[in-house]
Amino acid sequence: MTDAAAASSGFWRHAAHVLRDNPVTGLAFALFVLIVFAAAFGPALAPHDPLASNAALALQPPSAAHWFGTDALGRDVFSRVLVATRLDLTISVAAVALSFVVGASVGAAAGYWGGWVDAVSGRMIDTIMAFPLFVLAMGIVAALGNTVENIIYATAIINLPFYARVARAEVAIRREAGFAQAARLAGATDLRVLALHIFPNALPPMMVQLSLNMGWAILNAAGLSFIGLGVRPPTPEWGIMVAEGANYIVSGEWWLAIFPGLALMLAVFTFNLLGDGLRDLVDPRRRT
Amino acid sequence: MAPAREAAGVMGGAAPFAPPPAPSAAPPAAPTALGRWLRGERLAGDAAVAAVSARAALRARALMIFRRVALAIPALIGVVVVSFVLTRALPGDPAAYFAGPAADAASIAQIRANLGLDRSLPEQFLVYVGDLLRGDLGQSISTGQPVAEELARRLPASLELTLSALALSTLVGVPLGVAAAARQGTWVDHACRALVTAGVSLPTFFTGIALVYVFYYLLGWAPSPLGRLDFLYLPPEPVTGFYTIDAALAGEGETLRGALAQLALPAITLALFTMAPLARMARAAMLEALGSDYVRTARAAGLGPRKVLFGVAFSNAMLPVVTTLGMVFSFTLGANVLVEKVFAWPGVGSYAVEALVVSDYAAVQGFVLAMAALFVALNLGIDLLYTLIDPRTRSAQ
Repeated sequence: MTDAAAASSGFWRHAAHVLRDNPVTGLAFALFVLIVFAAAFGPALAPHDPLASNAALALQPPSAAHWFGTDALGRDVFSRVLVATRLDLTISVAAVALSFVVGASVGAAAGYWGGWVDAVSGRMIDTIMAFPLFVLAMGIVAALGNTVENIIYATAIINLPFYARVARAEVAIRREAGFAQAARLAGATDLRVLALHIFPNALPPMMVQLSLNMGWAILNAAGLSFIGLGVRPPTPEWGIMVAEGANYIVSGEWWLAIFPGLALMLAVFTFNLLGDGLRDLVDPRRRT
Repeated sequence: MAPAREAAGVMGGAAPFAPPPAPSAAPPAAPTALGRWLRGERLAGDAAVAAVSARAALRARALMIFRRVALAIPALIGVVVVSFVLTRALPGDPAAYFAGPAADAASIAQIRANLGLDRSLPEQFLVYVGDLLRGDLGQSISTGQPVAEELARRLPASLELTLSALALSTLVGVPLGVAAAARQGTWVDHACRALVTAGVSLPTFFTGIALVYVFYYLLGWAPSPLGRLDFLYLPPEPVTGFYTIDAALAGEGETLRGALAQLALPAITLALFTMAPLARMARAAMLEALGSDYVRTARAAGLGPRKVLFGVAFSNAMLPVVTTLGMVFSFTLGANVLVEKVFAWPGVGSYAVEALVVSDYAAVQGFVLAMAALFVALNLGIDLLYTLIDPRTRSAQ
C-alpha cells in the first residue's frame, strides 16, 4: 500500500514536472474540459434554436446578437456550432471506443498466443492497411448505407489497425515477463494472465494512441459528412456546416464556413496536444 | 533504435572507439585513412574487393526486389476480396435496386440473372475477378458510362494534383525538418513544430476554403476555384493528360500559366496537409542519425560539419522519410477527395463524391478498388526506391 502511495505521489510529481516543462499540455487539458463541457451543456447554453430559420435575418455578418453571424436560412451559426459539439464528439468517441475494444482484443490475442491467431489477424490488418483509409471509409459507408451509425463503423474499421498493432507489440514483449510467469505458476489461466496481468501494463502506451487517434477520428468523420455522407441537413454538424458554407465563401460570407471549421480545428488540435502531453507523461524517452 | 539513442549521450565523452570494419586490403597508409575512406576515396588495394562485393550486392538487391514484388500479391488479393464483399454488401436487394422502383418481380429476376446474382457466392467472385482482369468495373447507373473508362479519363487530373502537392511538400517539408534537426531549439525548430502541429490539425477541406477566401475573394490573386482551366482557355492537346505538361509541350505559354494558376491553390492545400508528417519524420530521423555511432565516427575522423550533415547523416535519415511517403500517399489519396470537392477539380475523387450523392454503387466501389490498386502499386514503388537508396545495399563504387 505504501509502495502504491509512493508510486502515485511520484506520478503526480512527474505530472507536475511535465506540466511545468510544457505548459501547452495544461492548455490542452483546459481546452479538453471546455469541449466536453460544450458537448454536455451545449444545447442548454445555445442562445438561439439551432434549427429555427428566419428569412429576414439571412446571411447577417457576426454581431452582438449573433456572435458568429447567421446562415442562408437565418439560423444562428454560433448556436449551431455549439450544439454540433455533442454530435461530432459522440461520433468520434464511439468510433474510437469501438476500434479500441476490438483492435486491442485482437492485437492482444495475436501478441499473446501468436501462431495462427497472429497470422490471420495480421493478414486482415494488412488488408485494411492496403487501402487508402479515407477511401475505404467512403466505400464502407456506400456499401452499408448512408447513416450516422455506419459513419461510426467505417471510422472504427479504419482506425482498427493502429490499436491492434500497438496492443500486439506491447503484449508480445510482456508475454514472458517475470510477473506473467509468476501468475501462470500461481495457476492463473492464459486468459486471466492476459486480461488481468499483461493487458493493464500495456494500457499506458495505448492511451497515448487513443488520444492521438481521437483527433484523426474527428477529422475523418467530419470529412465524410463534408462530402455528404452520414449526417443530413438540417442537423448541425461541423463538417456539413463547412460544406454548406463553402458555397458562400466565394461571395465573401466567410463566417458560415470559417467558424465551424475553426471549432473542428480546435477540437483536433486539443486531442493532438493532449496526446503529445500524455506521451511525455507515459514515455519520456519518446519526447520530440 | 534504442542503442543509437544511448550513443547520443556519450557522444562528447571519451567513448571507447571501435573503428568500423574497413574493407581495405592494403594497410592504412596514414592515420587519416579512415577519414579518406569515409570521404569516398578508395585505396588501390580495394579495387578487387570492391568488384566482388559489387556483384554480391547486385545479386542481393535483385533478390530483395523479387521478394518485395511477391509480397504485393497477397495485398492485392486482399483488396480484391474486400471490394467484392463491399459490392455484395449493398443494403437490400441489389437486383431490386438496379431494376428501379417501378419493376415487377419478373424483371427483377431478369436483372438478377443478368447481374449473376442468382449464382453462388464463389461463382460470383470468379465472375467478378474475371471482369476485373478484363478491366471491367461495371456501369455507372447515373451516367450510363463504363466506370473504368470514366476513371481512366479523370485519373490524370487527380494525379496532376496529387503529384504536384507531394513534390511541393517534399521540397519544403524535408529541408525544413533537416534544418530543424540541425538547429535544434532555434526558431527554425519552433517554426517546424508549429507547422507540423497545425498541419495535422487542419482539415484539408477547411484549409482549402480559407485559402479561397483569402487569395480569391480578398486579394484576387487566384482564379475562381472551379476546375482545372478557366473557360477562357482551350485545354491543350492531350499527351500525358497533365494540363501543365501538355501546355508546355504544345508551347502554349498562356494556357500553361492558366493551368498553373488553377493548380496552385488546390496543390498548396494538399501540400500543407502532407508536409506535416514529412517534416516531422525528417526531423526525427535527422536527430536520430546525428546522434548515431557512424556520425560520431565520421566526426572523429575529421569530416567537416557540412559533409557530416549532408553526406553521412542525410543519406541515412532519408530512409525513414521514404517509408513515411507510403503513409503520406494513403492520406493524400483520401484528402484528394475533399480537396477536389472544394475546388470542383474534375478528378476521380469528385467523380466518387458525385456518385455517392446519387448512390451510384458501381462507380463508388470502382473508385475504391482503383485507389487501393494504385496505393498498393505506389507502396511497391516506394519500397523499391528504398532498396535503391539504402546505403547498406548500395554497391561499392
